[in-house]
Amino acid sequence: MIDIEEKAMAAEIELLTFQVGKQEYALDIMSVREIRGWSKATPLPHAPTFILGVINLRGTVLTIVDLADRLGMGQTKTSERNVIIVVHTGKETVGLLVDAVSDILVIKKSDLQMPPEMSADSNQTFISALIIAEERMIRILAHAAALPSESMEIV
Amino acid sequence: MSDEDPMIEIKASFFVECEELLESLQDGLQIMDAGGTGDETINVVFRAVHSIKGGAGAFGLDQLVRFAHQFESVLDGVRSGAITANRNAISVFFQSGDILADLVRSARDATVADVERTQSVLKELETILGHDSNEVVEDEIDDFQPMFLALDLDLDSSVDERLDTPEQSIPDAPAFEDGYTINFVPDSALYISGNEPLHLLRLLREMGPLNVICDTSAIPALTDMDVEKSYLSWTVQLTSDEDQGAVREVFDFVADLCTLTISDPRNREATATPLPPLPQLDDTTPQDEPSMSPKATLETSSNSPHPQKMAPNTTTIATADAKSGTRGALQSDQPRPTVRVDLERIDRLVNLVGELVINQAMISQSIQEADISANSAVSNGLDDFSQLTRDLQDSVMMIRAQPVKTLFQRMGRIIRESSAMIGKSVRLKTEGDATEVDKTVIEHLADPLTHMIRNAVDHGVESPSDRLSAGKPEEGIVTLSASHRSGRVIIEVADDGAGIDRPRVLQIAVEKGLVAKNAQLTDSEIDNLLFMPGFSTAREVSDLSGRGVGMDVVKSAIIALGGRVTIQSDPGNGTTFTISLPLTLAVLDGMVIDVAQQTLVVPLNTITETLTLAQDDIRALGPLSNVIKVRNTFVPLLDLGAELGYRSPMDSYIGAIVLLIARDDGTHAALAVDAIQDQRQVVIKGLQDTFGRVPGVAAATILGDGKIALILDPVDVVTNAVGHTRTAQPNLQLAG
Repeated sequence: MIDIEEKAMAAEIELLTFQVGKQEYALDIMSVREIRGWSKATPLPHAPTFILGVINLRGTVLTIVDLADRLGMGQTKTSERNVIIVVHTGKETVGLLVDAVSDILVIKKSDLQMPPEMSADSNQTFISALIIAEERMIRILAHAAALPSESMEIV
Repeated sequence: MSDEDPMIEIKASFFVECEELLESLQDGLQIMDAGGTGDETINVVFRAVHSIKGGAGAFGLDQLVRFAHQFESVLDGVRSGAITANRNAISVFFQSGDILADLVRSARDATVADVERTQSVLKELETILGHDSNEVVEDEIDDFQPMFLALDLDLDSSVDERLDTPEQSIPDAPAFEDGYTINFVPDSALYISGNEPLHLLRLLREMGPLNVICDTSAIPALTDMDVEKSYLSWTVQLTSDEDQGAVREVFDFVADLCTLTISDPRNREATATPLPPLPQLDDTTPQDEPSMSPKATLETSSNSPHPQKMAPNTTTIATADAKSGTRGALQSDQPRPTVRVDLERIDRLVNLVGELVINQAMISQSIQEADISANSAVSNGLDDFSQLTRDLQDSVMMIRAQPVKTLFQRMGRIIRESSAMIGKSVRLKTEGDATEVDKTVIEHLADPLTHMIRNAVDHGVESPSDRLSAGKPEEGIVTLSASHRSGRVIIEVADDGAGIDRPRVLQIAVEKGLVAKNAQLTDSEIDNLLFMPGFSTAREVSDLSGRGVGMDVVKSAIIALGGRVTIQSDPGNGTTFTISLPLTLAVLDGMVIDVAQQTLVVPLNTITETLTLAQDDIRALGPLSNVIKVRNTFVPLLDLGAELGYRSPMDSYIGAIVLLIARDDGTHAALAVDAIQDQRQVVIKGLQDTFGRVPGVAAATILGDGKIALILDPVDVVTNAVGHTRTAQPNLQLAG
């Protein structure tokens, strides 16, 4: 029994989907630490525009990335309705500012599709895979690329 | 666990233990140096060396064993009274202690120790041994084994006397016919931990004629034999005039690994099976217990060598108190139970408490905003809560605090080495070594302090002939003291030398173009020239200081720790450097300021002055910059908001508030800000973890309202400043 369940687990991933700009993106839910409402960030001097600044996350300093700006879709006009997804990858924790969180999807790994090669689009380097769910295309974010330290190097 | 070498772990704790032993060794030597000759003191020293030797033997650290052995032999001579611990001998002991520390560290880090120096100190030890006790030990050194006391223990007085209670001394052990009958049954554990009964028997043989009977009756048939079991036991008849303590001492390291019965002809009741841990044998067996706990007692008679005093301003043992009697000084340090804790755990606790403090401030603020009466139950409860958090914070900070003693001991070594190098006789006096400072501060203080001590020896203390002609004792004294003063730690390095040669300092400063030729400087201004970069007063470059690294480096290191350093000099009587440091690096005194709707914190120690600008103060310099006039000097005016990219330069700075920031090279710059809110202590939060280095920002902190405020590195801001404080053409502004 357990074996079968584990196999099923391995073949499926859970994704958190959210809105950025007018597009729908998703992240592996295992990398999501928490979702919190927008609070005003303290700007960092000399930082690129997509880094909104830092906020206090229960005593630790959390860098906030404006995901829309990072993906080249223009700066987000922040309001109470925005949401920060706190994402942890290997060594870093970062807050991603998005418009809204939509859903949690369970997807078979075999349903993941490679994004088409379009090297001219900078947006594309941030997308690791595509899926079709309920007639919508959802882009799976390669979140490592959106992290501040790596993106600093890219800039 | 299984694929790890268990020895590595055991070895690691051996080295931790060695550090503690070395510390108590230093303590003991300092007491001896200050004239203390109590038996306990010598015993502490002897025990430390002995335990290091024992452990080193178990790990096959031959070099260490060899040296420790020789050192121990000499100390044993001192213990027995055969060698007098005169000035000269103690100085050799200090050097030996240094070498021992070197050897321990080189064994730990698998580096190579200074063989030449080791040899020369070994020779000196031999000389002492040779002259005073007529014992020859060289032959033993070649094939030395861990438990082997090579010195023939011609100790007439009883060990009881030396180890424990001098009052009970038996003047001369009476000769007796019956020897000791020792029944020795080793446990398997004895062999597993690498001990060897042969060495123990050899040691006994040193004490007198020995008759050894090995009981092989327990040995099973070869087929049934378990190679890891112990089957042999020995019955030993020893004829010796050593007392029982000395005999028992042989089994010191294996006390709980065997069943031992010693029948003493003089004292029948002293037999016991199994061996109860005798108080004086408490420093058990470095090689057989992997989890060697920090030793509560190295030596019961002298009690703990680690003072755990919280009280600041206490001048402890080593030097200052020593004259009031070593015994009293030692007894004041009662052993206290201690726990060894991973530093990471403490840091986690410190972080949590920091968050609690911030959280509490946030609650206070929201209760204030909610307009709740100050007499309500909520407000009263909150007051108690604030008090408790503050107490909790203090207690947690205290856990991280360490006495400065270890640091001071290292400085003692610097003094010995540096004074020997330039042929001066200098001794170190320490005061307040129980003063506790945050561990990180201590770590960062070692380098600047080393430099200051070397400077004091090299430049501060005069040559012996100059001292004699000035009517001072030939031996110079450098005093290192620590104390707590108004929430800061004050560390003073004082020498009793000639003081600062002010005319010469001024002359050099003029020669080097650091000050104008006919500048009128006050004494303290001249003294502070020493902190100028590129200043060195040494007439000739010596090995010791004058390597181009000057006091300016010391000063910037101290400032980086949030501290200040000041200098006082009394011509003819010496110079005192005073370092004032924050108690911890986790909090910082800051000025909370507003700039372009942002709240920032500027470390207080970087601000020399705050000013409000009047129209006369501001002068244009070039098309884009302004300077301001501060008491006849011109200081560049920088707009903090513009430098941080928060806004473009303002139209007018009349009425603006500026902070005068001192740069490392002594020049100033003025940072214009919008408003000053407050001065307060803030908890430092690193930015580095989540973000790379941000130019101009040192760290972050969390304010009472839960918002993050950046802690500025004003010197960095000034260094990288663009300097635009005038409205520029639009295209230029974009570029800026």
